[in-house]
Amino acid sequence: MDAKDILGLPKGGPVGDKRVRAPKETVPKKLDRVSREVYALTGGLPPLIASVDTKQRQASSQKISWQWLPFANSARTDGLQLSHWVRVVDSVVPTGDYAFAKYNRSVAVLKYTDDEYNKHLADTKWTKQETDLLFSMCEQFDLRFVIIADRFSPPRTVEELKDRYYSASKAIILSRATTPEEVADHPHVKDAYNFNYETERKRALGLLLSQSRQQEREDAEVLAEAKRITEARLSKVDEQAEQPSAPGTDLTQPSTDTAAAATSTTTTTRGHRVFLRGPNLGQMVQSMLSSVGARIVKRIEQILLDELGVRLEPKIPTESICREHLELRREVLNLVNLQKAVQWNEATVSFMRETHPEVSTPNTPKRGFRGGDRAAAVSGERIGKRDHKRKAPARFSDTPPSPPQQKRARKLKSES
Amino acid sequence: KRVKNVELSVPIAYGTISFWLGKKADDLHSHKWTVYIRSATNEDLGPIISKVVFQLHPSFNNPTRVVESAPFELSESGWGEFEISMTVFFQKDAAEKTLELFHHLKLYHEDDNAPQSTKKPVVVESYDELVFQEPTEAFYSRVKNLPAVHVNGSPGELNVSSGALEISNERKRGDTKDHQLGQWFGKYSETDELTSIMGARQQVQKEIAKLKSMLDSEAMKLKPSAP
Repeated sequence: MDAKDILGLPKGGPVGDKRVRAPKETVPKKLDRVSREVYALTGGLPPLIASVDTKQRQASSQKISWQWLPFANSARTDGLQLSHWVRVVDSVVPTGDYAFAKYNRSVAVLKYTDDEYNKHLADTKWTKQETDLLFSMCEQFDLRFVIIADRFSPPRTVEELKDRYYSASKAIILSRATTPEEVADHPHVKDAYNFNYETERKRALGLLLSQSRQQEREDAEVLAEAKRITEARLSKVDEQAEQPSAPGTDLTQPSTDTAAAATSTTTTTRGHRVFLRGPNLGQMVQSMLSSVGARIVKRIEQILLDELGVRLEPKIPTESICREHLELRREVLNLVNLQKAVQWNEATVSFMRETHPEVSTPNTPKRGFRGGDRAAAVSGERIGKRDHKRKAPARFSDTPPSPPQQKRARKLKSES
Repeated sequence: KRVKNVELSVPIAYGTISFWLGKKADDLHSHKWTVYIRSATNEDLGPIISKVVFQLHPSFNNPTRVVESAPFELSESGWGEFEISMTVFFQKDAAEKTLELFHHLKLYHEDDNAPQSTKKPVVVESYDELVFQEPTEAFYSRVKNLPAVHVNGSPGELNVSSGALEISNERKRGDTKDHQLGQWFGKYSETDELTSIMGARQQVQKEIAKLKSMLDSEAMKLKPSAP
C-alpha cells in the first residue's frame, strides 16, 4: 500500500482493496457493550449459549465495593500486619481467619523429658545431644529426613535417622500409655520401622535402577529360565528342579512366584493328560473333519440332526458314548461320500446312455468291451488322481470316469 | 512314574440352582443361587480336587472365591445372570495343570410366562467327565479304588447309586449324597443316549451297504462282468 503511495500509482488494482478485506472484519457490532475486538474473539458470530447478563447479576439488591484492608493471619507467629483487597457487601466487612491459615499443618513430633530419655531412650549408638538435635530438626523440617540427613552432624544415613526417630517415638508412646491396647493402633506402634528391611530395599532398588542394559537382558533370561523350570516342575513331581539363584537382587524373588502362578492356568486338552471329555470329543471331531470341506461338514450335521435324531454334542459324554459318537461321525462321513459317488455314477451312466447307447449296454461285446476296457483302464489313472482328494479311496474303485474320459472313449472308438 | 495305558475318569456334574426370593427379594437381591461341581454319583471329590476357584461377575464383592474343601460349591444372592468360570486345581500328587469350566448362571425360566416360585428353582446342570490319561503312580494308587473314580472308562451302567463301602462314622461330608439341594440334582443314565447313537450307527451302516451295492451294480453297467 505504502509502496503504491510512494510511487504514485493508483491504489486498488484489478480488485478494490476494500473488497479484498474479509467481510468478517467489518461486521457490525451486534451487542453494544461488547467491543469489536472482543466480539471477534468468538469468531465474529453470536455465541451459542446465552452468556451471563451482567445487568441481572446480584439483582442489584446489595451494594458491593472492594476495600484494601489489613487482616490477621493465625498461621503467623511474628505479628506481621499485611493487607489485601476485601469484597465488602453492603458495608459489612467479612470476618473470619485468613482463609489459607488452615493449611499450616505440622507434624506432631513428640517431646520427651530428660527423665524419659534416661529411662527409655538410652542407646549405645546415639548420644543424648544427637537425639535431641534429631528431634528438633524433625520438628523444624517436618520429618523430611532427606533434608535432615543433609544437615545432620555427625553425618548419618537417612535410614539410621529414621530408625532412631521412630523407635524412640514408639518407646515414648509405649511408656506413656496406660494400657498397651489403647496405643496398639498408633501407626508408630502398628507399623514399626524396619531398619534392615529398608536398607536392603533401597540397596536393591538402587541396583535395579542402575542396571546396565546387559544386566537387564540377563535378568530377563534368568526369569524365563526360572519360568520354564517351574513349568517342568509342575509336570514332574519328584524331580528336584533347582531354581537358579538371581544375580544379587532380591526383587527377582517375587517375580518368579508370579511366573509360576501364570503358568498354572491352561485350558488346552491337546497333548495334556487331564481334560474334560465333552470338549475333548469336540476337538477329536474337528481334527477328524479338518480335511473335509465345509459343505460336507454341514451335510453330516444335517444328517445327524434331522435324519438320525442324534445331538451334535452328546449330552452325557461317557467313554462309550464318546467312542460311539466318533464312530458314528466317521460312518456318516462315509455315507455322505458314498452318496456323492452314487450321484456321480448315475450322472455318468445317464450321460453315457444318451451319448453312447452301445457302450452302456453289455450286448455289444466288441465295441463295448474295448471302450469299456479302455475306460476302465483310464479310469484307474483318473481314480488315482481323485484319491488325493477323497478320504476313503478304497471304496471308490468303481467310480466311473469323469466326463472328459467319455471323449477319450469316443476317440478310441473312432480309431478302431 | 506314570502308569501307562491307564485312563482314570471321574464323572462330574456341574451347574447352578437358583431360587427366586419372593417376598424377601429386593432390587439387588432377587434370587439366591448356588454354583457347584459335584461327582455325578454324589461321591466325595476331595481326594481328587484340592480346590476350586469360582470367578464371579466383578460387581460382586471379592469376585474370586476359593473353595478349598468338598463339597465344592458357592452360594450367593443377586439379580443378574452372567458367566461363572470355575478353575479346578487337582491334588498335588496328580501333578496336573488346572482345568477350567464355564457355566452361564440362569435365574429366570426359559418360558417368560411361567410365574416365578420360591419353591421350584431354575436348575441348569451339565454332565462331563474329568479324564486323567497316564496318571502318576502316586495318584493312581491312591484314588483307583474310590467310588468317584473309574479306571479305564466309565462303568457299563452309569446310574446314581449309593456308594458301597465307607462305613466310617466320621464322614466329613465331602460327598453330596444328602445334599440340601439333592432333589434338584440331575440323574444321568447313559443307556438312552447310547442306544440312540448305536441305533443311528446301524441305520447308517445299512444305508452304506445299500449304496455300496448300488455302486457295484452301476459299475457293472459300464464294464461287463468278469469272465
